[in-house]
Parts: sequence; structure tokens; C-alpha cells
Amino acid sequence: MRQWNKNFVITGMGLIVPIFIVILWQISSINGWIAANIMPSPLKIVSTIVDLFREGELLEHVGITLYRVSMGFLLGTALALLFGVLNGYFRTIRYLLDPLIQALRNIPSLAWVPLFILWMGISETSKISLIALGVFFPVYLNLVSGIQGVDRRLLEVGWVHGYQGWRLIRHFFLPAALPSFIVGLRSGLGLGWMFVVAAEIMGASKGLGFLLTDGQTTGRPAIIIASILLFALLGKLTDYLLELAGRRILRWQDSYESFGRRKAL
Amino acid sequence: MGIKSIGSHLQVKGVRKQFGNVEVLKRLDLEIKPGEFVSIVGRSGCGKSTLLRLLAGLDVPTEGEVLLDEERVRGIHPDTRILFQDARLLPWKSVIANVQIGARNGDKARAEEALRLVGLEHKAKEWPSVLSGGQRQRIALARALAGSPRLLLLDEPLSALDALTRIEMQELIERIWQEQQFSAILVTHDVSEAVALADRIVLIKNGAIAIDIPVHLPRPRERNSDFAYYEKLILDHLMERGAPASVLAVSP
Repeated sequence: MRQWNKNFVITGMGLIVPIFIVILWQISSINGWIAANIMPSPLKIVSTIVDLFREGELLEHVGITLYRVSMGFLLGTALALLFGVLNGYFRTIRYLLDPLIQALRNIPSLAWVPLFILWMGISETSKISLIALGVFFPVYLNLVSGIQGVDRRLLEVGWVHGYQGWRLIRHFFLPAALPSFIVGLRSGLGLGWMFVVAAEIMGASKGLGFLLTDGQTTGRPAIIIASILLFALLGKLTDYLLELAGRRILRWQDSYESFGRRKAL
Repeated sequence: MGIKSIGSHLQVKGVRKQFGNVEVLKRLDLEIKPGEFVSIVGRSGCGKSTLLRLLAGLDVPTEGEVLLDEERVRGIHPDTRILFQDARLLPWKSVIANVQIGARNGDKARAEEALRLVGLEHKAKEWPSVLSGGQRQRIALARALAGSPRLLLLDEPLSALDALTRIEMQELIERIWQEQQFSAILVTHDVSEAVALADRIVLIKNGAIAIDIPVHLPRPRERNSDFAYYEKLILDHLMERGAPASVLAVSP
């Protein structure tokens, strides 16, 4: 119970500033300090979201966007795991592949879009592939550096007890790299959300990114801001879920953060 | 504990080790009989830890060979276990899972037995991070024992512990060694620890064996005047206070 209370207070503290901003914004709108055609009031945005929800449109847009992000995230993570383990563990493969991956990493996300559309058309495949590409790099980078940073003294324990090859990877390298892998997952997910916007703005008939461009072309700022807010909300929510999962997986960690959560504020 | 294993017979023949241009060990010869407890003592940087790594198969000699039961050591031997200076428990595994690493094929019953041997069976489900330094080192000892070693190498395993815990650990190690009858090699710079545990004390100076003295004291060893005699003898050599050679020949 006490633990629950503490988490509640920590979450509550993060909400103070956003709530204050929203109140200030609403007051400014009511008093006409902000023009409604530039920046609609928070209440107007909420009612737009509610309307979209009533028409059943909202769930459709949110659903398809979530689907694209999750599929891209899973695909990108799977590939990053494969290449991360190979390149982290086998030096020869790293020397062969890592420079190429590092070079590709520096290509801006939007630059890929025309190419992907050319190759795969305006389809789910091209969107999911683009998102997977965005997710891949941070997950890969963090996993490789996590594997390379494994404490040699712990590996010696493995060698002394006859651990080699896959068993050494599974029992030593992967768990030791887990904290940095989870950091990679979180920044990968963030990039996944950025790439889904890029993919949906370029060509889609559904999704939050489409809603965004639709709001722009039909001159409805409330829709634009509503989509932006929904992106923020969904991004934060999925990141929070990942953080929760990470905290559970890393519950063995004896770190400052876990210590702070156990102790009183 | 399970099958009693007789200790390994270890022979070091003309071993030399060089790192770059630095000669760490100079043509060293040493024999350890099955079931014997030998302490290797020396100041830091004398090459004693390097010697232990060669015995473990973690490193290869530049010249010469290490024989385990008449067979040349190539890599890590499944009958050899090491207790390191730091416990080196895997933070992501529970205590019992850490001990299982040492057991052949991850045998859980064997790991539980080893944990009982060090008296920490009630900590099986804890994370290593909540244990004290002494407890961690006992878990590491259990991990080494779970593999029924025939040769146990101890690399200054108690140097990070407080004085009382250290004495407790020494008694524990001695008791288990007497029960299990493995060969043991303890590398340490703590002379009193060497006298408390070893059948024989080998002093290494500048990469060579300076003296090799048997310790004729009944076990369990009490810290009496005979004990102090051995302590002073080794310390004088270590500090190069020039103990008279005649002292070596006389045993108390």
C-alpha cells in the first residue's frame, strides 16, 4: 500500500506542470489572447477528440497507427537482436558489418521514404519496413555496446565453469547487456513513433499521421493539435509500459533509481 | 557431500611467463600432492596471481608446462575451480542459480547441497545484491564446491572481508577441505591466513620460489606461540629482514 502511494505521488508530480499549462492556455483562449484559428482552446480540442471518437473514426485511426508501430517495433527489434548478438559477440562479423550499419544509421529518416515507396508501393509493408528501420538502429547500437561492455571478470566465471558459445551468450552476455538493451528499446520505440508519422504523412488513408495532414488540408487546427496530442499520449503510454516491463526484468539491479523507489521520497 | 573426490596431483615444470619484455615468472618448479593444501605467499606484483592463472588454465606459460595428474593443462579443466578475490556473482541470477553455474549440467540438488555446506541454504531465492560481502563470498565458495572440484584455487578470496568474517571463512574453508579432500592452492599476501590454512607455504619473490616450508601444526590451528613462530618466519623472509638460515631447519 505504501509502495503504491509512493508511485502515485511520483506520477502526480509529473502531472503538475502540464496541468498548469493547460489551465493557462484555456484562460488565454477564453480571454481571446490566442486566436482560435491559430490555436483552439483545450476544451475545443477535447470536444474534437470526443466527436471523432463518437463517429468511430478515432479508434480506427489510432488502431491502425498502433498496429503499424507495434509491427515495425517487433520486426526492427528482432533484426537488431540478431545483428546485435552476432556483431557484439563475433569480432570478425563486427569488423565486416558494423561500419556499413554505422553509415546507414546516419541517413535521415525522411530520405528513406521515397525509396521505400518506390520499392514497396504505398502499402502496409512499406510503412512497417520504414518503422522497423527506425527502430533497428538504436536497439542495435545499445545492444552491441551492452555486449561489448560486459564485465570481463564475470565472463571469466563463465569460462572457468565451461560456458562457451550460445550458453555463454544466453547466461552471461545477454543478461549483462539487458540494461542497455532496454534503453535501446525505449529510444527505438521513440523513433518508431517518429517514423510512423513520416510514413503516414507520405501516403495513407488512415492513421494519426493521415489525420494530421487531413487537418492541415481542410484547415482544421483542432484536428492537427488533437492528433499531435494523441501522438504524445500514445508515445508516452507505450514508453511507460516498456519502462514498467524493464523495471520488472531488471529488478535484480542494485541501482540508485531502484533504491530511490524503495526508500521514502 | 556426494561422491568423495580425491585431489588432483599438480606439477609445475620449468614454467616461465613473460608479458611483453617483463618476465613475471622465472623457470618455476612446484609440486602439489593430491589433497595437499599449499599457500603461495608474496608481496603484490611478485607473480603469484599470474602463477594461479597459469594453474587454472586461464593463461598459458611462455615456456615450460603445468601438469594435472600427469596431463598437460590446456585451457580450463572441469575438475578445477577458482574462488576469486571478489565473489563475482552474477547480479541477474538468484543465489541458487548462481551456485548452479558451478554444478555440472546445472544440477539443482547438487547446488542446494553446496549451499547447505556453506550454511546459506535459506538465502537460495535472494538476489546477490542484498547479501553482505561475507555471504557473497560464501555463495562463491558454494558455487566452486558444487562442481566437486579436485583442485580448488583460491585467489586472495578473503582479502576484502572484515577480520572476524575472515576467520570464520578460514574455518569454513578448512572444514570443507578436510571433508572433501581436494587439493587446494591459496594465493595470499596475508601471512597469518597462510599459516592458518596451509600444509606448506611457498614464498615467491621476484618471480621465483624463495622458500618452501612445511607447516607442522595440528588442525584446527590455534593462534598460539607456535603459530606466531611460523608467522614471524614467513614475515621476516617477506620483509627481507634476513632470518638466519638455521631457523629454517628447526621446527618447533
